Amino acid sequence: MTPARQDPDALIQRLQSEQRRARPGKLKVFFGAAPGVGKTYSMLEAAQHMRSGGADVVVGWVDTHGRPETAALLAGLELLPRRQAKYRGVALEELDVDAALLRRPALLLVDELAHTNSEGSRHRKRWQDVMELLDAGIDVWTTVNVQHIESLNDVVAQITSIRVRETIPDSVLEQADEIELVDLPPEALIERLRQGKVYLPEQAQRAVAHFFRKGNLLALRELALRSTAERVDADVRAYRREHGITDTWPAAERILVCVGPGPHAARLVRAARRMAAGLRADWTAIYVEIPSHARLPQEDRDWVTQHLRLAESLGGRVATLSGESAGETLLAYAREHNATKILLGKPTHSRWRDFFGGSLLDQVIRGSGDIEVHVSSGDPVEGASRRPPAILNLHSRPASYLGSLAAVALATAVAFVMNGHFQTTDLVLVFLLATTYVAVRFGRGPSMVAATLGVAAFDFLFVPPRFTFTVADVIYLPTFGVMLVVGLIVSTLAARVRERAEAARAQAQWSATLHAFARELAHARDVDTIAAATVGQIEVALGGPSTVLVARNEGALTMIPAASGFAVDENEAAVARWAYEHARQAGQGTDTLPGAVALYLPLQSGARTLGVVGFRSADGRPLTEANRRQMLEALAQQAAGALERALLAEEAEQIALRARTEELRNTLLSSVSHDLRTPLAAIVGSATALLTPDGALTAPQRTDLVRTIQDEAEHLSRLVANLLAMTRLEAGQLAIAREWVPIEEIVGSALVHFGSRLDTRRVDVRIAGEIAMAHVDPVLVEQALVNLIENAVQHTPAGTPIEIVATQDDAWLEVEVLDRGPGLPAGSEARVFDKFFRGPGARAGGSGLGLAICRGVIVAHGGTIEASNRAGGGTVVRLRLPVGGKPPAIPAETDGGLTGEESE
Amino acid sequence: MAALPVKSQNDTVSTPAPTVLIIEDEPQMRRFLRPALEGQGYRVLEAATAADGLVQASSHNPELVLLDLGLPDGDGLDVTRRLREWSTAPIVVVSARGQEADKVAALDAGADDYLTKPFGMPELLARLRVAERHAAQVRADVVDPVFEASGLRVDLATRRVMRDGQELHLTRLEYKLLATLVRYAGRVVTHRQLLKEVWGPSAVNESQYLRVYMTQLRHKIEKDPARPSLLTTEIGVGYRLCAESVALAPD
Repeated sequence: MTPARQDPDALIQRLQSEQRRARPGKLKVFFGAAPGVGKTYSMLEAAQHMRSGGADVVVGWVDTHGRPETAALLAGLELLPRRQAKYRGVALEELDVDAALLRRPALLLVDELAHTNSEGSRHRKRWQDVMELLDAGIDVWTTVNVQHIESLNDVVAQITSIRVRETIPDSVLEQADEIELVDLPPEALIERLRQGKVYLPEQAQRAVAHFFRKGNLLALRELALRSTAERVDADVRAYRREHGITDTWPAAERILVCVGPGPHAARLVRAARRMAAGLRADWTAIYVEIPSHARLPQEDRDWVTQHLRLAESLGGRVATLSGESAGETLLAYAREHNATKILLGKPTHSRWRDFFGGSLLDQVIRGSGDIEVHVSSGDPVEGASRRPPAILNLHSRPASYLGSLAAVALATAVAFVMNGHFQTTDLVLVFLLATTYVAVRFGRGPSMVAATLGVAAFDFLFVPPRFTFTVADVIYLPTFGVMLVVGLIVSTLAARVRERAEAARAQAQWSATLHAFARELAHARDVDTIAAATVGQIEVALGGPSTVLVARNEGALTMIPAASGFAVDENEAAVARWAYEHARQAGQGTDTLPGAVALYLPLQSGARTLGVVGFRSADGRPLTEANRRQMLEALAQQAAGALERALLAEEAEQIALRARTEELRNTLLSSVSHDLRTPLAAIVGSATALLTPDGALTAPQRTDLVRTIQDEAEHLSRLVANLLAMTRLEAGQLAIAREWVPIEEIVGSALVHFGSRLDTRRVDVRIAGEIAMAHVDPVLVEQALVNLIENAVQHTPAGTPIEIVATQDDAWLEVEVLDRGPGLPAGSEARVFDKFFRGPGARAGGSGLGLAICRGVIVAHGGTIEASNRAGGGTVVRLRLPVGGKPPAIPAETDGGLTGEESE
Repeated sequence: MAALPVKSQNDTVSTPAPTVLIIEDEPQMRRFLRPALEGQGYRVLEAATAADGLVQASSHNPELVLLDLGLPDGDGLDVTRRLREWSTAPIVVVSARGQEADKVAALDAGADDYLTKPFGMPELLARLRVAERHAAQVRADVVDPVFEASGLRVDLATRRVMRDGQELHLTRLEYKLLATLVRYAGRVVTHRQLLKEVWGPSAVNESQYLRVYMTQLRHKIEKDPARPSLLTTEIGVGYRLCAESVALAPD
């Protein structure tokens, strides 16, 4: 088959797996068949070799178990201090991940990869610590035994009868860049054990004799050798693939494994993983939810979640489907995804159930066509209790049984009335009617009770001899039988209808939730709205508070406040940060930082992680139900899509803004370079003239030169201030800090700003309503007024008057600045507020920015500004600012005591 | 105060000149400040960083501190706070335009006055004089009970306010506001400080109270309330009761 057969998903997954292998840090695993083969020893020996070659080697965690020859190898190696953890009063030591990240050695040694960390650690497992170190670019050497490999777990348990609890996912081993097999023949190992050279943890000591039997060791050794060989084989294939050698490229196999509720499927998942590894195939674990699963107890649903998680951790994909028939749904999915093999568990129930319900196995085999179907043993694993089959699950509310009792009583009453007018056997129909009603209304359990009670009541009340359970005529026995069987069948059918309706309702609700969310998001344009919609929708769908954190500006996570969102404290933020950086779920109910109070899901769109959504369940318990968790994931995914849109828009806007600012800066620079040079030339000229030593200057001339320096420097200062103000305005960095201010105060401040420069003119100020206040930014409005007055001063002859008139009503504050200068050239009334506009004959030295800044400030306040010529000559500039509501009340003075009156 | 005897020994030759510590990172600023201040009879110390400024302040105990708010190794606000932990020497902060919030923060943290770059020498000298006099009054624990400037006379002892010889009638709060400004005459007083002293600590954000009463006060005191010469507004910062005519009057 050609590679074209692969579907895009598979390609993406392959790419991702290659990315995963391309971690910055390299992983080397010292792999052994059993404890005591000398993995730690080999690792330390190799490390010593590296160190003598000048490499930066640090020991993160190595346990020598008191063996002197191993301990001797630690000499000269830098030891990373261990993290001291305390759990239930027991002092424990763990690998200190943070210290390792801080120290950043080139190579870190971490013994015993399969170790489970103590409660309260960042990760539940040590291999997760190692992954984080690799991600951070630190090379890691580690050791592991074959029995710790997840997919070999069952096999090892079968060989040795000891189930190892500490396992690592196969994918970890696959990601290793190098695997070194540390091999020791079984005889030598047994000898070492006898000499007491093998350390064993206490709990294993009881099993020692059993475990270290030669047969076991041979089998384990074979397993280890085979795993290593498979790995070498994989490396060869990878090499061929990378170098375009495709002639032996195997057909793309895809394996589906069907998991169900109950503990057995874990073994099935592991088998699928082994099969997939052998075939280099993709594999997917599938759970088909059929309507009858709706009444499964929570415990069984949790099993499904666990199996799917196991599959994920083993490197498989996971899908949850729902449909009427498990077989048909599974086959449809298999065809759609070009599956080549389907793996099913052996049935564990009795055959009569297949007779009524149809067998999944039978359905799949018949409909499989060219897809191979494998059946694997589904024996219960040790420790898992067999649960009664779901068909006998009669959990119904007591009220339902009372209802069933009432229905039978009513049927009895009706039958009592009918009795005598109809044949006795016809009364049976009345009881069947009651049974059917109960089945539809209350479900299976109550309807079975109704059927039984019906038979009893019929027998007791109507079958002669009446009022005894004795039956006189044998002819009634088949009637009883048929009555009971029909009742049971009806109740089963009715119950199934009910379950389907409920499943359909749940499905509809799920779709409706997602649909509603999609619609809501379609209208959301900005990050805040999307966050609010997400938090709102999660609250509705899952009944708990959530929070959205978005990464802006290269990774700083900021919380987006939303109405019902919960606040994230420092600890929780660290968990969120982890989830964001690693693009994996973390927090409550996961393997990473499970001590957190909330569950954090990365918001991923494509390859990009945009942020994190945190969810805290209302009851404080982890979110374990598969369907609720899937709902949260689905909502997070939708939110991520919308967020990406919004963030892209935000970024585009920022880029546009930067471009605009940049353009403005260039224009400003080219436009004002002349204006900057003129005053500088005057200053430099005057200063050098003053420094000329020949004493030719008279005292008044010197004073004049000094004054020139002062005037031009002040001019320069105004120019720079205007440039800065303009840049800030155009860059959108203008923050308006509104306060209630009387306009008189602003006008006064602006006039004081000019000091003695206005002494040569008459300045009339007329302000109507002295204490009328407006809600404006006093600093900015003053600046606008200063610019207007400056403009009037510069463009009118000395000695002409300037007027400032302010009026105010409830809505608008109007300020006019009037002069008696030459007025505006016709047609330029609107253009005077443009940047760099200069009136003809404008005095050199204006930058053409003053009025543009003025307009910027006024427009930012929601006001307007206009200029026109005055009757009788001159210009009037009129600005209107919204008052901004009703000013706050000022408490009146109570005592009203006045100075001068109260004294003496 | 322990440094005082040492200092008087060093200064036996000349009349005791007040020492100004300039904490400013720009060398060209220090270059013009030193001769300009020395020309006015001040002794000048220089520090280019916040850290050096604090060290110099503690070892020389200057009478005045001129502090730039934009220092490379820490913000001037922090220096103000650290100095105020042990020193009562007046601090005049220097900052660029548009940093009103920084100025207010520095003033509320204990700085006495501020200057906006670029500033003229007369302005700087006036600020230093006012700060010096105020510090002397605080040290001696006496406040001149009579304030006089531009035809305004406020007698804190008798609670009388006269304008060109005419008695003015102020309400209780107007008087309290004016009296507060008189106590800080010549210095800028932030909105927050005024609100706290006149209306109490719970009213520090009610700047509209202050604005209304200040307008009323201007209408009673100023000749032209729209162009105030006594009660000037430092926009975005606070108010100042101009007292320069008093400062220039012979003692």
